[in-house]
Amino acid sequence: MHTFDAVVVGAGGAGLRAAVALARSGLRTAVLSKLYPTRSHTGTAQGGIAAPLGNVEEDQWEWYAFDTVKGGDYLGDQDAIEILCRDSVEAIVELEHMGLPFNRTPDGRIDQRRFGGHTREFGKAPVKRACYAADRTGHMILQTLYQQCIKHDVNFFNEFQVLDLVAVDGRAAGVVAYELATGELHTFAAKAILFATGGFGRIFKVTSNAHSLTGDGLAIAWRRGIPLEDMEFFQFHPTGIYKMGILLSEAARGEGAVLRNGKGERFMERYAPTLIDLAPRDMVSRAMYLEIREGRGAGGRDYVYLDFTHLGRDVLEKKLPDVTEFVRTYLGLDPAVDLVPIQPTAHYAMGGIPTDVDGRVVLDPENTPMPGLYAAGEAACVSVHGANRLGTNSLVDLVVFGKRAGLHMAQFARESDPVPVPADAEKQVAARLESLRRRREGENAAAIREALQATMMEHASVFRTRQGLEKARSHIAALKERYGRVRVADPSRRYNTELLEALELGYLLDVAEALVVSALNRTESRGAHWREDFPNRDDAGWLKHTLLYRGDGGDHEIRYKPVVITRFSPQERKY
Amino acid sequence: MHVKIHIRRFDPERSAKPYWAHYDVEVEPTDRLLDALNYIKGHIDGSLAYRRSCAHGICGSDAMMINGVNRLACKVLIKELGSDIRVGPLTGLKVLKDLIVDMEPFFESYRVVKPYLIVDESELPDREQLQTPEQRQRFDDTTKCILCGACTTSCPVFWSNGRYIGPAAIVAAHRFIFDSRDRGADRRLEILGGRDGAFRCRTIFNCTEACPRGIQVTRAIQEVKQAIVERGF
Repeated sequence: MHTFDAVVVGAGGAGLRAAVALARSGLRTAVLSKLYPTRSHTGTAQGGIAAPLGNVEEDQWEWYAFDTVKGGDYLGDQDAIEILCRDSVEAIVELEHMGLPFNRTPDGRIDQRRFGGHTREFGKAPVKRACYAADRTGHMILQTLYQQCIKHDVNFFNEFQVLDLVAVDGRAAGVVAYELATGELHTFAAKAILFATGGFGRIFKVTSNAHSLTGDGLAIAWRRGIPLEDMEFFQFHPTGIYKMGILLSEAARGEGAVLRNGKGERFMERYAPTLIDLAPRDMVSRAMYLEIREGRGAGGRDYVYLDFTHLGRDVLEKKLPDVTEFVRTYLGLDPAVDLVPIQPTAHYAMGGIPTDVDGRVVLDPENTPMPGLYAAGEAACVSVHGANRLGTNSLVDLVVFGKRAGLHMAQFARESDPVPVPADAEKQVAARLESLRRRREGENAAAIREALQATMMEHASVFRTRQGLEKARSHIAALKERYGRVRVADPSRRYNTELLEALELGYLLDVAEALVVSALNRTESRGAHWREDFPNRDDAGWLKHTLLYRGDGGDHEIRYKPVVITRFSPQERKY
Repeated sequence: MHVKIHIRRFDPERSAKPYWAHYDVEVEPTDRLLDALNYIKGHIDGSLAYRRSCAHGICGSDAMMINGVNRLACKVLIKELGSDIRVGPLTGLKVLKDLIVDMEPFFESYRVVKPYLIVDESELPDREQLQTPEQRQRFDDTTKCILCGACTTSCPVFWSNGRYIGPAAIVAAHRFIFDSRDRGADRRLEILGGRDGAFRCRTIFNCTEACPRGIQVTRAIQEVKQAIVERGF
């Protein structure tokens, strides 16, 4: 048994920002990660982190808030969005003070560039709002926060996979974790626990997400009776490398790259006349598929092009060096002269574990918190992204709400007594591992995973219908049954990564099912959730959050939570 | 395309000695080596152990020795490797299982150089500290490090003397020593001027060749050595 004041599960941007806040508050803090430090997916974020600094041109936080509300198709909670947009300025300054090497203007201030959906004067024209460090902004955020954790003596437990949440009388008391190096179980007791375990793009076949993004935190919470909010909203990023899904940052379009169909036309002019290629991601992804469907894909196939050729080598080398290298490495093309084949790639979960603006996990439409339990980052739904997240806003979310969660955890931990963790806390997890290890004959996990990813791609991605989603649901049910017989061939205890992947597959199946059930239920189109059989947004029926609960018999119960609207009432969404 | 992949396997729970295992797989020439390893693990032998995460050269998890050179399995395509591919763990760190090595000594060296901005917090302005594009450019190359370990574990000095702090830690120090905002250069230079520090480097350039991010590692080490001499550590 390990005892800390606070335990943070996940070492990405949200987890590390919370850990810095906790450690600076003088609390004994442990960070558990199934990876090694600095391997988290935050490191792959490329293009920028928004804040209305106004360093390059005039900007205001209200404009930013409006863009975020409209970008999310009016489903975001506006109280949380106001905090996101106001606090972003301080959050960026803090990162700079911690050492983050932002690109600079000639007079030494943080430089800013354009990003999709960010505008001046409530939608009039694109604005330069994204602060950036070349096209490795996420890499620099992750490194900088890890460096601060070293400075503040945060305790890291690397390659520890959390497998269960321990609750006593409705209060979070600890977690059970599996140590990959030894195969041993450990219980961590803490007064405050944060789930910052990231997303779950690996439910889809084509994704920008790391292999490790398997929805662990969401599924663990869900299995313990915590609802999942707005799971039907999953963002596809328009510019993934064809077939591979490797992301080419939206900063490419921010710097002037354009989308072209197979005929060489700049098609976004037809779909978003004001913002064109810098329209929000949901709209661009749909436009790309529509072009392909109407026979204007490249080479008659299912992709279009990203065209950098007019930018010049200087911009490519100075502002988009990683993007340039991805194109060279994985496609063997030179973006200075070649058109780059791209397709939408599964990218970001707007939904997740419901929280309030202090990161407290809430259990119902009345926002009743579960004492001691927190969530932040992509694993959480606060909800600032609504039905569709603007580019750069995941990084803002991480640092703003990661910090707020950390500060609230520190206060909560100081004011409360520890909860005794029951002696048999590991029992259930140990039995699950033992049964996986003992099975001699059974199903292959990789085959089940591949089938899941294919069905989600086909039926639950950019375009959805009732028929397709029902197919996906029954397919997932069959895969879950097969998963009940999954076999792990490797008997060893040391670094049994096969066992780990089998556990991750169980989580993937749970969150995929939650997505499909939520998507079937929402009979309208809003943001990233596009129902071809219900193509209109229906504010009268559906201006509300979905809360999905797992029933005792594995069935589902759906409840609804109102959207918080403060200053921007819903309007038709045009760009 | 048909390839034969030879992998250095080691599981101390099953056998005291490492051995070579051989796998025949069908792959696309444009697949990453990581895709082939994932295929082997998923469909041929689940016990094969290696680290991986982002799969496009940013997280640094899957550094390993590939046809004799330290590279990231997710950043090398099969067509670059031919049809007979040899894969082993990084050299110079203890092998824990198959391609997984003990990274603790590596990260210990990283922590020793105080890899964080050292400032007088009472002097910080309310807004950002100013830094010209030229000052920012001075340390740009060394901010690219993803801590994969390919450089340090390709260094013959590190192989023969595991106490040598190694290229990656010197790169981390360089990133702060040459940052105009930092006030901790002297402390780092004192550490790197010590007997297991930068002067152990014999300018062999293996580190620069191995770096999957294209960092001019040897040059960074030379600049650190020069700063040590100039400032008298």
